[in-house]
Amino acid sequence: MARAAVPGRLGARLRWLEARLTGRHDESDTARTLVFDVPGWPGHLPGQHLDVRLTAADGYSTQRSYSIASAPDGERVELTVERIDDGEVSPYLVDVLEVGDVIELRGPVGGWFVWRPDEQKEPVLLVAGGSGIVPLMAMIRTRRALSDRVPFRLVYSLRSPRSQWFVPDLRTQDPGLDKTFLYSRSAPEGWPRPPGRVTANDLSAGGWPPDFEPVCYVCGSTGFVETAAGLLVALGHDPRRIRTERFGPGG
Amino acid sequence: MTTEPGFLDGNAAAGDLESLFGADMTMASGQCQGCGLRMRLAEAHAYLGGPGTVLRCPGCEDVLLRMVRSPSHLWLDASGLDYLRLPAAAG
Repeated sequence: MARAAVPGRLGARLRWLEARLTGRHDESDTARTLVFDVPGWPGHLPGQHLDVRLTAADGYSTQRSYSIASAPDGERVELTVERIDDGEVSPYLVDVLEVGDVIELRGPVGGWFVWRPDEQKEPVLLVAGGSGIVPLMAMIRTRRALSDRVPFRLVYSLRSPRSQWFVPDLRTQDPGLDKTFLYSRSAPEGWPRPPGRVTANDLSAGGWPPDFEPVCYVCGSTGFVETAAGLLVALGHDPRRIRTERFGPGG
Repeated sequence: MTTEPGFLDGNAAAGDLESLFGADMTMASGQCQGCGLRMRLAEAHAYLGGPGTVLRCPGCEDVLLRMVRSPSHLWLDASGLDYLRLPAAAG
């Protein structure tokens, strides 16, 4: 009998691993997906993140935390990184790192903002603001890879159509995944909803009724997360079923 | 134009916390000594921009935990927490 793959490190000590860039592609004008081969990667759950460490020739080193964008897939790990212009790490990852280059990764970490398909059978609402789509994309990809039937709804708030990430992936029709796109600054021509920030109506129409008892994952900037999580509570969702992950301009 | 609050979730400090404690601390619960709120560390407010990592209570914003790394030592001050409760490791 084939052994079931158990993601996670199962108590193994967190340590830095070498990661070689094997591919990259643009997601938008400012963001790029980086594909790494990480020998010894223990697997991960969708929603988990990892730390990236860069060390300069003089020994100076700095690290940042990034959400994993890919579904568990052996020793392959994808990150999608937005270039923060005055940042220290992201311009290097987005603009300088080339295929074949090696950096250090440590992970996966975090057990809170995680979807566990083997345990969770309740409906899922994913609410993304901008770059907050990354860990939610990992959940969608994992659901797809497993042909999981748990019903998902995604509400993705973004500035304009040009700022959307994962366009081909989100164009794919996944049975049981409903998608709502909200544009805050400029919408495509003829879009029924005028541009604007996320509202209670958006989360009501694009989400689940509270009595379905969905788990709600909300990820984006701190301001977006505060707003969206507050609206979900106001709509009647139990705060214990709302999980948040705030993304900051860490650079 | 609004100014973004300068904090993230405790999740963002998960790697450093785990490297210190040897277990995932984001699922650990703690109680704030200031206001008595109980939360998971994942839900604490994390301030990472300074020389160290600071976790604050999401209820009263009191400091729960401070962690500073020097070349030779790691300093931990968790005096803002009444207790930490960790899930027992499986197996």
